[in-house]
Amino acid sequence: MSENLLDVSGLMMRFGGLLAVDGVNLQVKPRQIHSVIGPNGAGKTTVFNCISGFYKPTGGEIRYRGKAIQGMTGHRISLLGLVRTFQHVRLFANMTVIENLLVAQHRHLNTNYFAGLVKSPSYRRRQREAMDRAAHWLQQVDLLEFANREAGNLSYGQQRRLEIARCMVTEPGLLMLDEPAAGLNPRETSELDQLILRLREEQDISVLLIEHDMGLVMGISDHITVINQGAPLAEGTPEQIRANPAVIKAYLGES
Amino acid sequence: MQRALFPALFAAGVTFLLTCLVIGVKLVQGGPTLTVVGADADTWSWIAFAVVIVFLVQLLKEPLLGLKQRLPMPDVTGLLPDEQLRNRLKPWLIALIVVGLFVWPFMVSRGAVDLATLTLIYVMLGLGLNIVVGFAGLLDLGYVAFYAVGAYTYALLSEYYGLSFWVCLPIAGLLAATFGCILGFPVLRLRGDYLAIVTLGFGEIIRILLNNWTNVTGGPNGIGGIDKPTLFGLEFNRRASEGAQTFHAFFGIQYDSSYKVIFLYLVAVLLVLLTIYIINRIQRMPIGRAWEALREDEIACRSLGLNPTVIKLSAFTLGASFAGFAGCFFAARQGFISPESFTFIESAIILAIVVLGGMGSQLGVILAAIAMTILPELAREFQEYRMLMFGGVMVLMMLWRPQGLLPMKRPHLELKAS
Repeated sequence: MSENLLDVSGLMMRFGGLLAVDGVNLQVKPRQIHSVIGPNGAGKTTVFNCISGFYKPTGGEIRYRGKAIQGMTGHRISLLGLVRTFQHVRLFANMTVIENLLVAQHRHLNTNYFAGLVKSPSYRRRQREAMDRAAHWLQQVDLLEFANREAGNLSYGQQRRLEIARCMVTEPGLLMLDEPAAGLNPRETSELDQLILRLREEQDISVLLIEHDMGLVMGISDHITVINQGAPLAEGTPEQIRANPAVIKAYLGES
Repeated sequence: MQRALFPALFAAGVTFLLTCLVIGVKLVQGGPTLTVVGADADTWSWIAFAVVIVFLVQLLKEPLLGLKQRLPMPDVTGLLPDEQLRNRLKPWLIALIVVGLFVWPFMVSRGAVDLATLTLIYVMLGLGLNIVVGFAGLLDLGYVAFYAVGAYTYALLSEYYGLSFWVCLPIAGLLAATFGCILGFPVLRLRGDYLAIVTLGFGEIIRILLNNWTNVTGGPNGIGGIDKPTLFGLEFNRRASEGAQTFHAFFGIQYDSSYKVIFLYLVAVLLVLLTIYIINRIQRMPIGRAWEALREDEIACRSLGLNPTVIKLSAFTLGASFAGFAGCFFAARQGFISPESFTFIESAIILAIVVLGGMGSQLGVILAAIAMTILPELAREFQEYRMLMFGGVMVLMMLWRPQGLLPMKRPHLELKAS
């Protein structure tokens, strides 16, 4: 039994003749912010898709809280507490902000048809609790005033924050963020920075982060894994990575 | 104008060729030989007329389209009172309509009540399919199969086991739901067109099965003499069957065959009201939101722990069960059913009701169901042109209001300031 929250070892993903991910190892400890970086096309998102169950990995092992989860379907993995966001925002654009958060709590709500049909007291109570939890998270990400607005009408930065709030209402153990700062301006990026740190402090969760914004990555990560062309290149603390010659070479090219 | 000349000539040429082949010449079989016979002068003049029309329309397309732009779009928002007043009036209006529905049959002719009953069956079917197509966004072309399952459930159970309508009603719904579940489970991983084809096939399988399983279903001869529903055991026949009592004898009134018609109508009204209530509630329940979320983004749903298969299946099953109820009632009203009542065209009509009404919109579907059943009845003389009218209405609707009569406005849950 390891003390790692997420333990990925020897992960392989093959698409036909292309080996997109080759022997990637990741260890995420509880309450850690772990970043995965690498040049474009290095296979970071593929790793994410394998962990979150959107791809079935060709080989390797993924353990979450000691339980093997490779090959499980996406919704089962997310029910275990591994919840992700996407590189491109995937909100329910025609639903209101609060409804986006209610959908995410689907499994917490009483799904008994009969109770819903007659509006039984337990159904009402759960409904109210879900609303309260949604309102709480909207306040956390500073979107409470937009609660009844359609999600598609929010600005891009707000949509990013809503996506994180939508993950958080499911009460995850590990939050996986796929390039959360993409398309944000510097101020929004630093707000995001604060938000991620606050989540870790207040909610006791771990964060697995894919990011291109080096300022953000170096500023908040406890641990960094560098992937290049599908294979692990280096790992360590931000300081170690910054000084690693192989990483500098992969990022800046041979000099 | 010059630019439009060539396409117009081309379109006219194509029209000429097609009409020539289709109605201009005829193959006549005289003994062993086939001879080609040209049409008479009258037909030729009609063909020429059609060709000229196509030519002119194509030539003047631009100005015509410009004219269409200037046509006023139907806009009723200005006619309605403001929102607050509307919200206050709404319960009264609904109460008025419900009371009207119950009082109305006693004042009109038997035929009108009978037609209203048929309309209500289509309302129920439309509302049921609306769950599948409108809410969950799954294109189902074989919806009539579940309708058939419901109808045959009652017909067979009543014939072989003598079960009454009220016992069979829930059984029919459950059985149709089971069929929905059985069909849905393997096929719901398909999307869009593929799902449509599979459901279309399923609809045909059920019909052909009913047609050929002669020793159980009676095959093409159908099943006749199906019992009508009773009112707490009171029959609506002139003479009571063994061990039963008739309605008119119990209340000591004169026998009138219109009681039966009105009773059937009232049963249909109750069923429809129940359907509307249930669907209204479900739409506001978590599952209703999940359907909408799934329609918008399946991947996001999966990442949040929603099981897409189960959610789609619930829509499919629920929609099927309403078709089962409708089918059971249909069998009871008709007294006779055969596979002919459950052809593909029925599925198409129900789907047309949903699309015309505006997908997902309950009021729209109800209005469309009324229009789709009453209009053909009003236009009885044009019986053979019914399908033509049907198509014409569809094309016009899609040009004018592609989103349907009353596009869906889903009830949004609001966060109240606390």
